Amino acid sequence: MSGTQKIGLAAVLMALALAPMALKNYGTYLLTLWCVYVMAAMGLNLTVGYAGLISLGHAAFLGIGAYTAAILMKAGVAFGFVLPAAALLCFAVGLALGFPALRVRHHYLAFATLGFNVLVYLVLRNEEWLTGGTFGISGIRRPTLFGLSLDGSAPFFYFTYAATIALALLFALLIRSPWGRAFAALRDNPIRAESLGVNIVAYTLLAFAIGAACAGIAGAYFAALVQFIDPAPFHLTASLIMLLMVIVGGSGRFFGPMLGAALVVLLPEWLRFMKDWYLVVFGLSVVALMIWLPGGLLSIPDRIRLRSALRGAVK
Amino acid sequence: MGDFLQLVISGTATGSIYALAALGFTLLWQASGTINFAQGEFVMLPAFAMLLLLAIGAPLWLAFVLACLASMLVLGVGFKLLVVDPLIRHGVIPLVIATLGLAIGLKNMVKAAYSAEAHPFPYLFPDTLLSVGTLRISSFDIGTLLLAGLIVFGLQSFLNRTMTGRAMQAVAQNTEAAAVLGINVKRMILYVFLMNALLAAVAAVLVTPTYLAKFDMGDTIGLKAFYAAIIGGFNQTRGALLGGVLVGILENLMGAYVSPAYKEGVALMLFLVVILLRPEGLLGKAEERKV
Repeated sequence: MSGTQKIGLAAVLMALALAPMALKNYGTYLLTLWCVYVMAAMGLNLTVGYAGLISLGHAAFLGIGAYTAAILMKAGVAFGFVLPAAALLCFAVGLALGFPALRVRHHYLAFATLGFNVLVYLVLRNEEWLTGGTFGISGIRRPTLFGLSLDGSAPFFYFTYAATIALALLFALLIRSPWGRAFAALRDNPIRAESLGVNIVAYTLLAFAIGAACAGIAGAYFAALVQFIDPAPFHLTASLIMLLMVIVGGSGRFFGPMLGAALVVLLPEWLRFMKDWYLVVFGLSVVALMIWLPGGLLSIPDRIRLRSALRGAVK
Repeated sequence: MGDFLQLVISGTATGSIYALAALGFTLLWQASGTINFAQGEFVMLPAFAMLLLLAIGAPLWLAFVLACLASMLVLGVGFKLLVVDPLIRHGVIPLVIATLGLAIGLKNMVKAAYSAEAHPFPYLFPDTLLSVGTLRISSFDIGTLLLAGLIVFGLQSFLNRTMTGRAMQAVAQNTEAAAVLGINVKRMILYVFLMNALLAAVAAVLVTPTYLAKFDMGDTIGLKAFYAAIIGGFNQTRGALLGGVLVGILENLMGAYVSPAYKEGVALMLFLVVILLRPEGLLGKAEERKV
């Protein structure tokens, strides 16, 4: 990262930290929601962008995380224990689902995760004794931090924002480690990676399970943010939307999920005047984006650079 | 026992509709490597096209024929030229994402431009209950089975007996070899897209009376077709049939005997078990990895 990029990043982080002072409650809520989706989408980016697999069940992991958190918090367990529990549960489920599915590569993980998402949704909707069925779980209390209340929208935003930054830092470390490089090698040329001694199944499985754990963490924050959960936000459609966040921003790019999540959270607000047509425009723009810019929005600078380099070569 | 048989028969009828949609899905995959996640919307659109034509006074048969033609033009040729052709060179993932986006766009277009309500839809065949001994069977189910059976039989004969059909199979099995043999690969692939669109329109006319015409009806049908294709075998035409019928029967039995809330559950479990234990599907052959 160059000097100017570092300054730019610091400015953006600072602006986000100051934003709640200028925003009303709803704006702060949206900003917190964005943080939640960034955490989930970073996990998905590991699966899609770095390991090169399609997962259509990310919302199911978000749901498992959210329901685990809601049920435990209702039982009086502290958030400090709830968070690792949600993450570990999702990690374990991710391993259990990914292990058989990844024996066959490519589209089979997409199929298995799709089925898994539908199954989780059915269970959330039908097992009333555990999940409250369609009525959901209400009255989830926000956690406290060393005795400080996080009930206000701004304090809870800072709480979530800090977690998002921490997760992003962990992520940056992971990607730079030999481990992370092995992920990218897998995506770019699995056969070559295998002949260099990378264990394909183990690494893709790990990428998938870590991605699931991120969704679990995001789910716990989601439950505490909205304070009422029902099965709707964990439907298959939500998984598609999360996948689109990653792809639209730029899969396999560190900041891709941040940009993608911002668009998906903010566009419905900006395009409210379009009413029902908003999703039409969104869906068809995704098609157009895939045709003209399959690398996502963050690939635009590379595109321009490549084009001017080509022009230079011609001269 | 009578109940059981009745459930199996009506399940087979519904399943044969799923099979039609699944068949198009499989054909598309075989011939062009396209995974179409908008398959459900490809069934929903002809249903609404027919609804519009009915509203301006066209009889059902005419609406059906026109919808078939429109479907082949828009969802066959249009889909191929505008979405698949520019995308296929980027590989499978962008195409999958684009069809997901297309599905969202299409169903919300119908919701925004037409209506968010469920609309009743006329039966293509009369829907009366026939009594055979103790069995009570809907005549619409029988008509559905006959029409779906006829279409599948016709399709199989076309693929196996005609020159064009065999050329299409050759393209599906080995595109390069087919091209070397002088087969017009592009045209064969176009035929497959046309066939898929036609199958979707037929599935629409059969399924909509029971499902009602609604903008998101494609979610359910697409999912069922998807299960059917995978359960039977993603690279086998016969597999889609077996899968469709299995899904139809299982959900009927589950809904009646175990729990309506988990009606989808059995087909879903079978789908997951097949993916995890026999990924090539019940009738499929394992795909070898190309290096």
